[in-house]
Amino acid sequence: MALPKYTEPHYRVWHYIYLTICGAVFFFLIAPLFVIFPLSFNAEEFLSFSDGMKRLDPDAFSLRWYKDMIYGTKNPWGLAAKNSFIIAIFATIGSVILGTVAALGLSSRHMPYKGLIMAVLISPMIVPLIISGVAIFFFMAKAGLAATHTGIVLAHIILGTPFVVITVTATLSGFDHSVTRAAASLGSDPVNTFMKITLPLILPGVISGGLFAFVTSFDEVVVVLFLAGLENTTIPIQMWTGLREQLSPTILAVATCLIILSTLILVTAELLRRRSERLRGINR
Amino acid sequence: MSSETKQILTTDGIPLEVSLKKAERKNKIKAFLLVAPLLLFLIITYVFPIGDMLFRSVDDKMVTQMLPKTFKAMETWDGQELPDEEVFAAFHEDFIKLVEDKREGKLSTQLNYTKNGFKSIIKKLRRKSKSFEEGNYKEQIMSVHKRWANVEYWRAIQRRAPEFTGQKYLKGMDMYVNEEGKIVSVEEDRRIHRVLWLRTLEIAFFVTVFCFLMAYPIAHLLATLPMKYSNLLMICVLLPFWTSLLVRTASWMILLQQQGIVNDFFVGIGLVADDNRPEMMYNKTGSYVAMTQILLPFMVLPLYSVMKTISPSLMRAGKSLGGTPFVAFWKVYFPLTIPGIGAGCLLVFILAIGYYITPALVGGASGTLISNQIAFHMKSTLDWSFASAMGLMLLSGVLVIYWLYNKLVGIDNIKLG
Repeated sequence: MALPKYTEPHYRVWHYIYLTICGAVFFFLIAPLFVIFPLSFNAEEFLSFSDGMKRLDPDAFSLRWYKDMIYGTKNPWGLAAKNSFIIAIFATIGSVILGTVAALGLSSRHMPYKGLIMAVLISPMIVPLIISGVAIFFFMAKAGLAATHTGIVLAHIILGTPFVVITVTATLSGFDHSVTRAAASLGSDPVNTFMKITLPLILPGVISGGLFAFVTSFDEVVVVLFLAGLENTTIPIQMWTGLREQLSPTILAVATCLIILSTLILVTAELLRRRSERLRGINR
Repeated sequence: MSSETKQILTTDGIPLEVSLKKAERKNKIKAFLLVAPLLLFLIITYVFPIGDMLFRSVDDKMVTQMLPKTFKAMETWDGQELPDEEVFAAFHEDFIKLVEDKREGKLSTQLNYTKNGFKSIIKKLRRKSKSFEEGNYKEQIMSVHKRWANVEYWRAIQRRAPEFTGQKYLKGMDMYVNEEGKIVSVEEDRRIHRVLWLRTLEIAFFVTVFCFLMAYPIAHLLATLPMKYSNLLMICVLLPFWTSLLVRTASWMILLQQQGIVNDFFVGIGLVADDNRPEMMYNKTGSYVAMTQILLPFMVLPLYSVMKTISPSLMRAGKSLGGTPFVAFWKVYFPLTIPGIGAGCLLVFILAIGYYITPALVGGASGTLISNQIAFHMKSTLDWSFASAMGLMLLSGVLVIYWLYNKLVGIDNIKLG
């Protein structure tokens, strides 16, 4: 953002102050994430930069915490990772199916009580997690699903659907309904129309909703803390326990892996968003 | 429709109006059926359990069910003088049954909540009641301990008659019903919950303010920069947004610890002495810093999406009409961003007010919020009805803000990413 030549000096100063402030805020946002990277390669047991690291001495760096994460004795990360992925995948599938179908209904202009129903469907996103946790725990305890994978998956479907509903409704808002009418007039039944016409067009929205649901489940700790037994431990639970008890560098190794995972998800989500905008652009 | 106009018929001879209504209804049902599975699922697993919390928070059936005959007999008692023989006899009958089921201990705990001093006299009554003779229970019970002859204690029992109570809600605000039946506050030094409510509001408010002050300039920069630069900078906002909450909290724990990088830096530039490093974690500062950074993307994104729609020619027009850049900004640009400000602030405030994980990890004793107290009662004291009551108090606050959000922004206008 270059300033025009005629800008008066004191505005020029202001402009640079503004840019400095922006730079500082961006630094504040992103820098904490980058502290984790180098420290996870620390050869020492401390969570600060050793003198060797400051000199960039190769001996000060090692992969020992990554080895510990994978091969360490009695380490919980293997089980936790397995559980986390299983739970997140099933929760995502559930959220995507329920959420997409509901979004189709909500986007219909015939839908009665739209505002009220939307408010109910979105509520798990707005209600503080701790309250959702308490409520869901009461339900699961009554249903005999506490400390089971099923219970946690159901809980995460509750928390994940609002994201799918929101993203898919947003995609459908630019959807040209004449294409489905055209399909129907050509003799296609509703299910076939959905699979062949609607779904491919709204797919970017569905997938990005699914990504939100996946991340929500994968990163969720408050509700799981109420629901999980020893067998259902997840990565967030292990991190939570680790951070509360002892901050060991193994956690940083796990955190680095999680940052890489979230970077992948971010890139996917961005690509999808652009594709979705392009598709909707054609429709307009 | 007036009767003079000729009715239009469809091909099967049904009036068009009727046929149209039928089709409309069919469409309505179709749309509703699509929403129904999710709606039903959420109602069963989510809405009802929240209702269950409401029920639990006011439920006080335990004592009612332990002393059914006593409370029946007490219905005619005015509470002025000691109750008569009928009440004592009923109480004796209930009590014997409780002793048989070995539940008199629970009764004493429950009654002790209402008035101190029940524990010992119930224990005594249990021992003596074995040698009670038939009839004249009033005399016999009163002779066990002088407190049984004190009308105050009988009034305390009577207060537990209703099946429902608002006690837990009062406790959540550090109040209770005293012996005269008046609602009073607990002593000043025991008002822990009020402190927590105020602190929760304070932290949520200031985190919102900090987020706003930091998000506004960068959202503006992102919205005005050419696409190729802004996309790159957007990653700085989106990467933390997609990164695990625990990872981000962990990084703040590393940064803020006493031997951490921030402290090292302060020592390095000579701001603080090496042997006098400030505590930046396990207190309010920790909660403020970490929560602000974690919630910042939720402020930037709504602001950005509003600012993106503001045409730059408006500012130019403002300036060309003689306004200085500041005036043009304040009179033209800023008012246009108010919807985004409202959305961002409410979103951040709602999220901050219910925050649990981050304050629990970096907040220490002085930086924890009401959510932490709820979790404490759920997990440690197991006082679930109290946890429910506090949860619902928090929820009602959030719902008011949610309603406001819906009014101002519209719930279907939430945008993600």
